[in-house]
Amino acid sequence: MTGKVITITSGKGGVGKTTATANISAGLAALNHKVVCIDADIGLRNLDVILGLENRIVYDLVDVVEGRCKLRQAMIRDKRLPELYLIPAAQTRDKSALSPSDMIKVANELKKEMDYIVIDSPAGIERGFRNAIAPADEVVIITNPEVSAVRDADRIIGLVEAEEKGPAKLIINRINVDMVESGDMLDSEDVLELLAIKLIGLVPEDQNVIVSSNRGVPIVMENNSKAGKAFQNIAKRIAGENVPFMEFNSDSGFLGKISKMIRPGGN
Amino acid sequence: MVGHPGKRNSASAAKDRLKLVLIHDRTNLPPGVMDDLRDELIEVISRHIDVDRDQVSIEIAQDGRDSRLLADIPLQSSGTRRRHR
Repeated sequence: MTGKVITITSGKGGVGKTTATANISAGLAALNHKVVCIDADIGLRNLDVILGLENRIVYDLVDVVEGRCKLRQAMIRDKRLPELYLIPAAQTRDKSALSPSDMIKVANELKKEMDYIVIDSPAGIERGFRNAIAPADEVVIITNPEVSAVRDADRIIGLVEAEEKGPAKLIINRINVDMVESGDMLDSEDVLELLAIKLIGLVPEDQNVIVSSNRGVPIVMENNSKAGKAFQNIAKRIAGENVPFMEFNSDSGFLGKISKMIRPGGN
Repeated sequence: MVGHPGKRNSASAAKDRLKLVLIHDRTNLPPGVMDDLRDELIEVISRHIDVDRDQVSIEIAQDGRDSRLLADIPLQSSGTRRRHR
């Protein structure tokens, strides 16, 4: 078996990399793939709390690289899904504790037994980012429909191309449907035209994302949320399924009501 | 999509601003350098042929993620031809 390494990155912080990593990983695991997600944000560990696995950490990624434990010992199994594992970041170290070749070594080892290795990149364009994309077979860039996030995404797309890891694919996260409809938020077509890369997901702004992070339950596990469905669709697309993109209309608005009448339960 | 009542709102301002910012980010060309480039191009070309200086336009166009420099350099028509130097 040879697994595929997918790195989730963004440039700008706070656009939803960790949430996306947790949910894409859980989404792929829910499709019965063997998945390990790696928190490459050394010193600012967070994937563990989003997944609700923070109390089970014994060893971390830096322990593996520095030979204090076996790879298997640092893999925390998520008991809610058949085959989802987390390798947490070290919290008391910094980005220089890892090198790109360390990441390639770890990923090559994991490829032998997993279907997908999903890496949560730190923000920025420095060492941490270079570590995270070094082993990538595919890079997914996440952005929000805002000027600063789009600009930083463009910069990252260029860097990913320069590292010959492209073409990257795009997730537009936190789309506020009402603002798009009133003309006060870039719509997905605007963002795609500006960035000129292939789209792999559109995720609406959804308060359930905060709720699920409060609980430590990835939102893909909660069937009724819009963001959960959007992330599940992204996982399916990564797994090669051809899933049409959701159309967002505010449920309260005229268009929303009409579209509900035409396509009951659509999405 | 049906009717965009407020499409000319802040979203279109964001898009227009981003278009320009991304061109300069991608090419690593600050806006001021474009003016220098324009002046130097005019100077080189007008050594050989008369150029209508006021109508020259230099811009960077985007084709997907590729950029190209487009120069539109009208020549002085022979009727209004004037000699430099």
